[in-house]
Amino acid sequence: MSTPNSRANPAFYAVIALLVFMSVGPVILMFMNSFKLDVDIISGTSGLIFLPTIQNYEKALCDVLWYEPDHIDFCSLKFGNAFVNSLIIALVSTALTLVIGCMAAYALVRFRFMGRDTVSLSTLMVRMVPPAVLLVPVFGLWNNEFCLDRDGLIGGAIRDTFGGRGDVCLAGTHSGIILIYVAMNLPFVIWILQSFIVQVPRSLEEAARVDGAGPFQVFFKVVLPLIKPGLAAAAIFTFRIAWNEYLLASALSDRDTRTVPILIVNNMSEFNVEWGVIMATGMLLAIPPIIFTLLASRQIITGMTAGAVKG
Amino acid sequence: MRTAMANRLTPYMFMAPAAIIMAIALMYPLGYMVWGSFREWNPSQNIGEAEFVGLKNYIFLWNDPNFHESLGVTLRFAFFVVTIEMIIGVGLALLLDREIRGISLLRTMFILPMMIAPVVVGLMWRYMYHPTVGTFNRFLDSIGLPRVDWLGDYALTSVIIADIWQWTPFIFILSLAALQSLPRSALEAARIDGATGWQQIIHIKLPLMMPVLIVTALLRLIDAFKVLEVILVMTEGGPGLSTEILALRISRTATEFRELGVAAAMSNYLLILLLLLTVGMFAFNRWQEARAARLNALVEEES
Repeated sequence: MSTPNSRANPAFYAVIALLVFMSVGPVILMFMNSFKLDVDIISGTSGLIFLPTIQNYEKALCDVLWYEPDHIDFCSLKFGNAFVNSLIIALVSTALTLVIGCMAAYALVRFRFMGRDTVSLSTLMVRMVPPAVLLVPVFGLWNNEFCLDRDGLIGGAIRDTFGGRGDVCLAGTHSGIILIYVAMNLPFVIWILQSFIVQVPRSLEEAARVDGAGPFQVFFKVVLPLIKPGLAAAAIFTFRIAWNEYLLASALSDRDTRTVPILIVNNMSEFNVEWGVIMATGMLLAIPPIIFTLLASRQIITGMTAGAVKG
Repeated sequence: MRTAMANRLTPYMFMAPAAIIMAIALMYPLGYMVWGSFREWNPSQNIGEAEFVGLKNYIFLWNDPNFHESLGVTLRFAFFVVTIEMIIGVGLALLLDREIRGISLLRTMFILPMMIAPVVVGLMWRYMYHPTVGTFNRFLDSIGLPRVDWLGDYALTSVIIADIWQWTPFIFILSLAALQSLPRSALEAARIDGATGWQQIIHIKLPLMMPVLIVTALLRLIDAFKVLEVILVMTEGGPGLSTEILALRISRTATEFRELGVAAAMSNYLLILLLLLTVGMFAFNRWQEARAARLNALVEEES
């Protein structure tokens, strides 16, 4: 495609350098600020020369550190706890979404059955529902209806075994948040995986069928290994949403099940923002997605193009 | 006989978990919301205890100037964000469509902003826009220009800039992919006929990319209505109502003003808006397929 006069054009490389600077600059800025003391951030001595300190990270992680740093007298930020919550919720919901989603995608691609069109249409439709729209009903349902009754069978059993009152609602539990994340991500995962499953040659499956494999065996042993790139892409996107989501988690979680985004927003809305600590928590929240991006950018791009173009 | 039965049941068994979860956690809540939007409902009540008020919530919103303001902000935000991102993204794709060494590394860096949590993006930009310690005002200071109150006087613009930073790469990458899968023969033919670079872009590249571009734009548009965290962290909807997009207003109505009924009605208005957009996208896709099929048929007839 390259025309002769455009090959080694310095302006061209300047544009690229500028773009890279613009897209990565803010991230690097935050990374550097997370190693500065608040005094340094506010006094604004020039960006590059400063004495790096891990005090901010110590302050953020104070509830999981095995030693007690001198500069902290009271550990107010329960970051470690929130980080573990985020991790549990994101990993479990990603795993569930993937398993359930690729089974459904497989059924939609390979079988003709009653209600197939309705299912695939509604899957597409719910893809556009914003989390904010789900806020009100999910809040109401999870708090009032999706509960185990105090006198009911399961509630009674829980009370007898674990003590407590025995009436549990989904709100405030990990499973409550996981359930809504799985439901929210399913349409997207099904949509992406469909475009990968279509490409699996039918003859392979038929060969396995002839050799005596049942439908589930065909699915797990033949189809799944072939759509690994699609699974990776879908996993990354699901993880990213579950890991980053704030709104629904804030409505559904209580003190013990708070996730990291909630912690950050709560600390931001205080009057006197401690920039260093906030940046450190932000950096810790950003690290897993950054690692994924660096390791699997090809899968991410494949997934993005498949999701947009082939739809 | 038994295997035939099992075979017929297989698709349902594969579908069942997804169908059940989506029914419980998506469809039922959506129906519940429609039901709740006709009620005077506050968070401490069960929905059964809430009083049925008919269309009151909808009529109240229809005449509520704050809701109009917030709807206007949402539409303006979505319009500017999608337009500017499309122009910059497609422009960059056209500009950078050539053999670049290390393109995969570049793409990795470009998708970084999309993968980072919106909360963190908001945090970074709030810092950079900060009136005294922020990067932009420091820069203005150092070159002797007056400071700008980014999140005060130009709140909506600042929020739009942050979103452009985060999502332009998405459009850039998609349109670059579309550009590089264009049929070589058409471009070759144009070049032999002596078309200039601009003519190639306007008459050949853009029309051929159009289907992908329109789908991309619609996807971005639907996503633009979902933005919430970035704005929440940067401005909390302020100053005044100047950046309070609908999603944010819904969450504030539900949690601060404790009027779940009104929030539900507002969610319904938003859903209807998005439904129209999605139906538009569908119709466009169908039309596209029909046209492609017709063209194929024509080509086959001729050959």
